[in-house]
Amino acid sequence: MNIHEYQAKALFEKFGVPVPKGAPAKTPEDFINALSDLPDGPTMVKSQIHAGGRGKGTFTDGYKGGVKFCKTKADAREIAGKMLGNTLVTLQTGPAGRKVQTVYFTVASDIKKEYYLAILLDRTTSRPVIVASTEGGVEIEKVAHETPEKITKVFVDPAYGLADFQVRELIFKLGLAGTEAKNAAKLIRNLYTCFWETDAAMVEVNPLITTPTGEVLALDAKVSFDDNALFRHPEIVSLRDLNEEDSKEIEASKHSLNYIALDGNIACLVNGAGLAMSTMDIIKHFGGTPANFLDVGGGATKEQVVAAFKIILGDANVKGILVNIFGGIMDCNVIAQGIVEAVKEVGLKLPLVVRLEGNNVTSGKATLAASGLKLVSGDTMADAAQKIVKLVA
Amino acid sequence: MAILITPATKILIQGITGEFGARHTRLSLDYGTQVVAGVTPGKGGQFFEHGAHRVPIFNSVADAAKATGATVSAIFVPPPFAADAILECVDANLDLAVAITEGIPIKDMVRVKRAMEGRKTRLVGPNCPGMVSPGAGQDSHGGCRIGIAPGYINKQGHVGVVSRSGTLTYEAVFQLTTKGIGQSTTVGIGGDPVNGTSHLDVIKLFAADPDTHGIILIGEIGGNAEVEAARWIKANCKKPVAGFIAGATAPAGRRMGHAGAIVGGAEDTAAAKIAVFKECGIEVAVTPSDMADALLRAAKAKSVTLT
Repeated sequence: MNIHEYQAKALFEKFGVPVPKGAPAKTPEDFINALSDLPDGPTMVKSQIHAGGRGKGTFTDGYKGGVKFCKTKADAREIAGKMLGNTLVTLQTGPAGRKVQTVYFTVASDIKKEYYLAILLDRTTSRPVIVASTEGGVEIEKVAHETPEKITKVFVDPAYGLADFQVRELIFKLGLAGTEAKNAAKLIRNLYTCFWETDAAMVEVNPLITTPTGEVLALDAKVSFDDNALFRHPEIVSLRDLNEEDSKEIEASKHSLNYIALDGNIACLVNGAGLAMSTMDIIKHFGGTPANFLDVGGGATKEQVVAAFKIILGDANVKGILVNIFGGIMDCNVIAQGIVEAVKEVGLKLPLVVRLEGNNVTSGKATLAASGLKLVSGDTMADAAQKIVKLVA
Repeated sequence: MAILITPATKILIQGITGEFGARHTRLSLDYGTQVVAGVTPGKGGQFFEHGAHRVPIFNSVADAAKATGATVSAIFVPPPFAADAILECVDANLDLAVAITEGIPIKDMVRVKRAMEGRKTRLVGPNCPGMVSPGAGQDSHGGCRIGIAPGYINKQGHVGVVSRSGTLTYEAVFQLTTKGIGQSTTVGIGGDPVNGTSHLDVIKLFAADPDTHGIILIGEIGGNAEVEAARWIKANCKKPVAGFIAGATAPAGRRMGHAGAIVGGAEDTAAAKIAVFKECGIEVAVTPSDMADALLRAAKAKSVTLT
């Protein structure tokens, strides 16, 4: 689960990670209130959407830049009016962009130098890793590619937590000394606590900055959480912004279906994540384009199959459907009955190819054949994929 | 004749009285697996009854292992308590814990993995379909089935299968069995980013197992476990290996069902992993329908008999 920058910074403050003073606003009426909390002088206005690349983004009405520096609070108020309610397109949003429903005002800090700091899980060592670099404010992937020597990694032993010597190592590698070093050490320790205590999947500060007075601040904040751990963090679940998620994906999660919208025209309904991914792949292999990832899980019920059909058909781009079920334990006949019921309930007009295999498959196929529905049966995944691609073409 | 588990292996089930655990315990008993004990704290002294089977239930893994000689546990405990269930197996010095549970917090697994360092117990999973070493009976009856995989699609034989995904594993096994090719052991290592046994760990076991003649390695986007396994195969494994990677069409940055299936950079895409497979002499299955055929091609090229 992802959260907005302003929410991440509120979380940082709770854990003692210093951030520039700021306040969010969700309506133009809120602007004055939010700005009244900030001192007079240079102010930043930042569009709050989950996607990155905001600063270089363009709004659909042609206005450029989702993050702006303003000399005065009055300017900030005017700029915020241009962003709020407008749709911002960045490299990460796709062409449709995201509607800005919150703007965030912050004090524009004096920057002495920018750094990079992030904490995430390292899959190879199965340990948290702290990644730091003297190159902040730019894409870390680019730094890793071009000047890997400028990136320092520290792996934290979960049995002991972050050790002081590791914090010192990071500080020295970043070239910090004196007050800056002292402040940075405290920030790193607190950020690690924030990462660990909230079951974060990643916390990223880019840039982390030093100021002429020796302060060390998180100028930006990106935080995502481990979905599996949300059950023990109701305070984090309450930060979820459904506006940032696909409505079909939200509906799917209500039925314990795992759905991800894609931009093709062949919808798929599959049991199991690996099989669902490879069903998308095989559609592509035979020249089609998948409209979604949809895993109905190992023990799909009739109700889930009906819900799944409704969700897929909510996508106007869909021109055909491929159902691929390997019923290991699950009875293929139950699935077949679910398909028949779903097709009748939604009044399906689009081509449908069904590939059933596994437990009680003969009865399942018989149920489909006896249903009188216009559907095509596929024997193997390859056979089924070729058939649906042909029907949609 | 198999790796990690054989038809003679005695297993216990943690969470045997839960709906999910009970259902799969019954299926394992029907398959002929030696399920000798169940563990549900607070229900020690009761029995799990299924047909003629009467499986004793214990309050702890240590008690169950001591009383019955079980050396392997299948864990069907809900996510908030699953990490503790794994640690209980470690404390009882079991040979193997197979964690079926899906949705365990990553932090819990980070701590569990650290706690398991230097200990005897091996972990397979979590979020995995489990393992099967097929038996000699009809539809491979009499085999050792741990977890949630269908037993009847297997056939006793000489191909090792390792995968992160459940249904994709069944797909591969089904293709093999349909072609008359049996399996030594099928291992589902699970779809989570932090898991106990890696692709490479399993590949090493298959490479050393005289009864395994060929291997199917099934992977997906995310992480570099498949790449690590492929490089080791190139340097050390003479047996024919076929590989498949799911997720070529997955958009970057999205979690595709499995918590671990997410493209984070240029090196964990399907294309990058497939390229490494080819470079390492692994016969790549062009589509998921091609997995068994790919292994047959690899075996032919090395003049190895799979049956």
